[in-house]
Amino acid sequence: MVWNSVETTRREALALASIFGFAALLAPKMSVADEQTVAAEIKKLYGDKKLESGKIKLDVPEIAENGLVVPVNVEVESPMTDADYVKAVHVFADGNPLPGIVSYRFSPACGKASASTRMRLAQTQNIICIAEMSNGNLHMAKANVKVTIGGCGG
Amino acid sequence: MSTKPTPRVRVPAQVKPGEIFEIKTLISHEMESGQRKDSAGKIIQRKIINKFVAEFNGKTVFEADWNPAISANPYQSFFYKAAESGEFTFTWKDDDGSNYVSKNKLTVAA
Repeated sequence: MVWNSVETTRREALALASIFGFAALLAPKMSVADEQTVAAEIKKLYGDKKLESGKIKLDVPEIAENGLVVPVNVEVESPMTDADYVKAVHVFADGNPLPGIVSYRFSPACGKASASTRMRLAQTQNIICIAEMSNGNLHMAKANVKVTIGGCGG
Repeated sequence: MSTKPTPRVRVPAQVKPGEIFEIKTLISHEMESGQRKDSAGKIIQRKIINKFVAEFNGKTVFEADWNPAISANPYQSFFYKAAESGEFTFTWKDDDGSNYVSKNKLTVAA
């Protein structure tokens, strides 16, 4: 009897374990954007145009304790005149369910190509920023944010 | 489910001509991402503010397209270079078609 009950519980435990194991395998894993998805998004917007470095100051915390609210500030160097200004800025993340975060459209009336918002980050990942200038040049900046608590699902 | 989103905007009342100043905006909104599941395992439908537009005297000066990755109660700040007195119109566009609007006067004086 005693042996039996032990056997049963053990069998049950094993069965349960295997069920859970399978469940974990089969559970729809949250699809996550990666570097390729971000690259594809950029390609969709601008094709294979050359991405230059510099000009962008991408300000994000090195470590974000709460992934639900991560401040992100982008500032692009530009005189912001009618002849030379920043047209658009796109911010992407390579570890969120969706790659896009925000797209800004500036005008010379802004005087300064700078904008801040707060974003959700599901995990530690890179933030990629593309700036489109009025002459068509593209600039890119990248920063890594370590996320302690993810800001996704729940 | 939730109260009507209330925008809050900070624009300086008076600025000097040519001065570049920051405009800070905040709106209460849950920004439901469409990624979360309820207790029954069903995906909660996405409902976010997908666009923020700032106009001055009827001319668009700044726009932001927001994705579900923008935090709840979205904050947005940007800059503006004072030229003439007038009025800002800030519009937040919701997925459900609603528009939330805030109008703020600006006086430019030397």
